[in-house]
Amino acid sequence: MLMKLFTDFMGWIDKRLPVTDAWNKHLAQYPAPKNFNFWYFFGSLAMLVLVNQILTGIWLTMNYEPSGDGAFASIEYIMRDVDFGWLLRYMHSTGASAFFVVVYMHMMRGLMYGSYQKPRELLWIFGMLIFLVLMAEAFMGYLLPWGNMSYWGAQVIISLFGAVPIIGDDLTLWIRGDYVISGATLNRFFALHVIAMPLVLVILVFLHILALHEVGSNNPEGIDIKKPKGSVKPEELSKFTFHKQYSEKYDIVDAVPFHPYYSVKDIMGVAGFLFLFCWVMFFAPEGGGYFMEAPNFTPANGLKTPEHIAPVWYFGPFYTILRVVPDKLLGAVAMFGAIVMLFALPWFDRGTVKSVRYRSKLHLVNLIQFAICFVVLGALGTMPATPTANLIGVIASFGYFGFFIALWFYSKNENTKPVPERIAD
Amino acid sequence: MSNVPVNNGRRRFLTAATAVVGGAGVVGAAVPFIASWNPSARAKAAGAPVEVNVGKIQPGQLIRAEWRGKPVYVVRRTEKTVSELAKHDDQLRDPDSEKAQQPEYATNAYRSIKPEFLVALGVCTHLGCAPTHHGGDFEQFVEGVPNGFFCPCHGSKFDMAGRVFQGVPAPLNLVVPEHSFISDDTLLIGVGQGDV
Repeated sequence: MLMKLFTDFMGWIDKRLPVTDAWNKHLAQYPAPKNFNFWYFFGSLAMLVLVNQILTGIWLTMNYEPSGDGAFASIEYIMRDVDFGWLLRYMHSTGASAFFVVVYMHMMRGLMYGSYQKPRELLWIFGMLIFLVLMAEAFMGYLLPWGNMSYWGAQVIISLFGAVPIIGDDLTLWIRGDYVISGATLNRFFALHVIAMPLVLVILVFLHILALHEVGSNNPEGIDIKKPKGSVKPEELSKFTFHKQYSEKYDIVDAVPFHPYYSVKDIMGVAGFLFLFCWVMFFAPEGGGYFMEAPNFTPANGLKTPEHIAPVWYFGPFYTILRVVPDKLLGAVAMFGAIVMLFALPWFDRGTVKSVRYRSKLHLVNLIQFAICFVVLGALGTMPATPTANLIGVIASFGYFGFFIALWFYSKNENTKPVPERIAD
Repeated sequence: MSNVPVNNGRRRFLTAATAVVGGAGVVGAAVPFIASWNPSARAKAAGAPVEVNVGKIQPGQLIRAEWRGKPVYVVRRTEKTVSELAKHDDQLRDPDSEKAQQPEYATNAYRSIKPEFLVALGVCTHLGCAPTHHGGDFEQFVEGVPNGFFCPCHGSKFDMAGRVFQGVPAPLNLVVPEHSFISDDTLLIGVGQGDV
């Protein structure tokens, strides 16, 4: 009786909006390769963190006061006087760091298994745009507590735009809306942080997923699960029913429907993630001074630079690249260049074998050195600029850029292993 | 449906004309959005000049004044410090202050109106941190130069005329703001010599 009511209701809806069809196309009948490993947790985890940021963010705005006079005090008010205000804020601040952990892992997965290669270039570009907007979002969010590190961190990053020839100074003035960082800057950053950027972010995530479902998910083997129509014997086809959008165009092998197979698997990932997340949130919300930096517990002071300005850890790699270059303009160019390189990755890699499992030893070594350089650059970004740190930073920067350059050279005629036709059991 | 033959050329022209007019409209509509990010009238008004009493500064001492929200360093240099300025010209990027980082009247060997008083923005020309004043212990950064400024953020170095050393990220000398002396002991920051 209840079931029939539900079926009738869905029938009524489906005649007006294809809800069941969308559910099948993107979840219950979406063909996902059967061999996803733990690296595939991070996409769904990123969505979870996004939801967490949006929800806790909305609640924080209910008590936050975006003004030069009131911001710092309103954060203290949230922390001390608002019921569970401390929890909402720690969920948001821990979530910011968790977002970058998850996104960096997600990107590493893409690098390892060649998930950016043809035909997934646009998917990768959407992902990189998400990363870019996320960095802008995090940077603006970090100004809002109006602590002294908020202030000086923003001062340093906004001054970067002063490196632009000719219009640099006017550009920084325009971004700040004042001769120094002031309440005017804080207010516009607040507007961008809570409305503009999240809106863009959500749209980009939507496009990222649509683009993914158009080209299909890659997998650790880098083997395509969509074969030309009619090329696979009927008994070798995947025994599951997939949405006609996929099965009419291709013969699908070695796949399972995303729901319930990977929705259940992802719940495992979520559980593991929440263990770590909650541990940090409850026992180390300041992340040892890396998630929330000590000078940020004193209000913004435009006359007193903290002894040692360091960005939050997730900007570390790019910040190090900026400061190892002993020239203002070239430093800024190198920093933005580091991100441009990532955007252009699908075109630096001229190979056709996707997964590192079937690529050359050289590629494996190159990938490992890239990951090490990235971590080293990140660590250096949080440390003072001593001559030794600077030297290591220069070497790691060469490693970072070298990854792309070397890839371009060796990927054309790479000594790869034969890639199997099918994903082994 | 009318049977008049379709004039494709006219259609294309009308489409293009509509697009151009629409585009111009979008550009026009963007102006207020972009212009509203400029400093407001209130922010501009807050940039008024400030007076500083320099009579009580001891030789070798630095005091900080605030002008347009930025720190302004006022240092009373000793005669020895002033005479030492010329000794390390070969280690500087712009020893003769050729780049316009100072008003005309401060474009001289000591970058100030009176040799004794250095007036400079305490804002590093790299990324805007406040350099720290090292009186007497600057030799740890540059050999043979006892006094100077060191920026803790990215290691830029400046001498006691605010001139930047070579091999550091900061590209330019420290900015000398418009300033003037109303009396022997009173410095006015924000209004240039001869403007009053």
